[in-house]
Amino acid sequence: MTVKIVVGLDGTETGERALNFAKDMASRIDACELIVIYVIEWSPFTFQTAEENAQRHKRREEEIALATSRIVEPAVTALRDAGFTARGIVRHGDVAETLDKLTVENGGSQIIVGRASADGFAKRVFGSSTQNLVMHASVPVTVVG
Amino acid sequence: MKKTSLFSLTSVLAALTASPLVAQDAVGIDEKVNQVFAQATGPFVSLIFAPFPGTSFPWIVMWLVVAATIFTLYFGFVQFRFFKHAIQLVKGDYSDPNDAGEVSHFQALATALSGTVGLGNIAGVAVAVGIGGPGATFWMILAGLLGMASKFTECTLGVKYRNEYEDGTVSGGPMYYISKGFNELGLPGGKILAVVFSVFCILGALGGGNMFQANQAHAQISGIVGDYPGWITGIVFAAVVFAVIVGGIKSIANVTEKVVPFMGILYVGAALIILIVNYDQIGWAFGQIFAGAFTGLGVAGGMVGALIQGFKRAAFSNEAGVGSAAIAHSAVKTKEPITEGFVSLLEPLIDTVVICTMTALVIVISQQLIIDPTTGNYMLNEAGNAIATVDGNSGVALTSAAFASGISWFPYVLAIAVVLFAFSTMISWSYYGLKAWTYLFGESKTSELVFKVIFCIFIVIGAAASLGPVIDFSDAAIFAMAVVNIFCLYFLMKLVKKELASYASRLESGEIKKFTH
Repeated sequence: MTVKIVVGLDGTETGERALNFAKDMASRIDACELIVIYVIEWSPFTFQTAEENAQRHKRREEEIALATSRIVEPAVTALRDAGFTARGIVRHGDVAETLDKLTVENGGSQIIVGRASADGFAKRVFGSSTQNLVMHASVPVTVVG
Repeated sequence: MKKTSLFSLTSVLAALTASPLVAQDAVGIDEKVNQVFAQATGPFVSLIFAPFPGTSFPWIVMWLVVAATIFTLYFGFVQFRFFKHAIQLVKGDYSDPNDAGEVSHFQALATALSGTVGLGNIAGVAVAVGIGGPGATFWMILAGLLGMASKFTECTLGVKYRNEYEDGTVSGGPMYYISKGFNELGLPGGKILAVVFSVFCILGALGGGNMFQANQAHAQISGIVGDYPGWITGIVFAAVVFAVIVGGIKSIANVTEKVVPFMGILYVGAALIILIVNYDQIGWAFGQIFAGAFTGLGVAGGMVGALIQGFKRAAFSNEAGVGSAAIAHSAVKTKEPITEGFVSLLEPLIDTVVICTMTALVIVISQQLIIDPTTGNYMLNEAGNAIATVDGNSGVALTSAAFASGISWFPYVLAIAVVLFAFSTMISWSYYGLKAWTYLFGESKTSELVFKVIFCIFIVIGAAASLGPVIDFSDAAIFAMAVVNIFCLYFLMKLVKKELASYASRLESGEIKKFTH
């Protein structure tokens, strides 16, 4: 049976380290698929102007295209070139919640993420996405420092 | 740099108001604007508010209420049957996770609400209660409940017949569903009616969505800092709106969009506190509302006077049947247009049934309206056209005084709230007006700019004119939209019924199901 490992990227350097750790893990497993996921932070409960709403679909497509071409595709291509089985997913939503949900949906057995990248006040009040993920995830989570 | 220019602007304004000569001229400008404006809009206002022959009942009020009643009956009390489902939709229970990142039902509702919740709820209610007495509240609530069905009809059509362009942007609203819907039904005249609606929509945007807001914002500010010419407020407001809609300074709009909901919550919270503190009077206040609804309690025009005011201000506040919400709601991403109809029916409920009623209760409980102790009826003012108030206040000043009797510092919060509400309503309506304008003149940059400049000029006129002519024109323009919109909805409602039947049966059979979150 193929083991599926999810790598959550956030476009920063720590994501890169998470990716390297995942490669190391995958190379020790016979049949392993790496699923690279990038979640675009978004909430359905924010307030927007009518004009923003009218352009939302267009913006969403642009955001997905950008995340795919800049972050997910290069990562997946690099993994494939290195001989791994890999695919990518880009989705909008709450980072921790969506990452966990997509992992369960795709049969992932564990999640690897970089450590928190948020700093200062917001992090103290709301906690980082990584903290939230570790607290609520349905599968084991590895946080790479 | 910014600080310097702001400082110099304030000093110029201070110098202008300080100089008696200029101030005199300025008041002269206000009077002139008022005179010209009242003359220019008079015939249009008279036509829209013409009473039924031999009565004082304006036909337009009947038009709105009859429509709301027909839609309520035709769709089998959809506002009550699908109320729970509407809440579930807003919560996102039925939203496909694959559509995350698109406009959610909540966002479409919040955007539409930010266009309607505002001065109508604060100043409009005070006008209704000040003229029609507490009884106007009863009719306002009834109109709000019935209006939910009108909103449902127009917003379903708004999503169903919107234009989706290749670049992914959308344009929707009555002008689109009238022309496309009539075409689909093989009816003639759709295009002409869509054009007529667009013309009225532009007038509505300039009237209720602009001048009334500027006018009441000025009244509120001058009530606190002292009297000064209205055109000064107008120019400042126009400059900020210009910066947002023409200059594209999104940060101002973004801040407003985020602050306005909190202001709304603060307003309702303050009203609740006043009601809780005076809980022993709530029963009496409702007694006044019911008694006034059927007897008038001495107001001008009696029961009919209360009814007219209640219905008028409800329609002006929640805009059900007017068609504006259909423009705001049409951006939502859904495969089922009718879901947006369900969501939109919450709007009149929040706007009119909840928020307006709270304002009315606070005004009644604060006893700002003077009661004749011998008869128990309300006393009329000297002109005999409205109830006499403690300090002779009307409009937003009356609401402000009512809140101040419970929370002394609240007028300051209210002043900020009024300015922000006025601003967010203007931004919303500038978009509605723009959509109508581009429908008529094409979606070019030049044509958009022309409308936006006209919109800003009207802010100055609205702030400078006195309340009477502005309210009359604002009401007339908004109701004129409803004349065309409702006429067309009668033809198009069978399309909505088909959607409703199909959706209801699929919901029943379990074909449409919740997504587990």
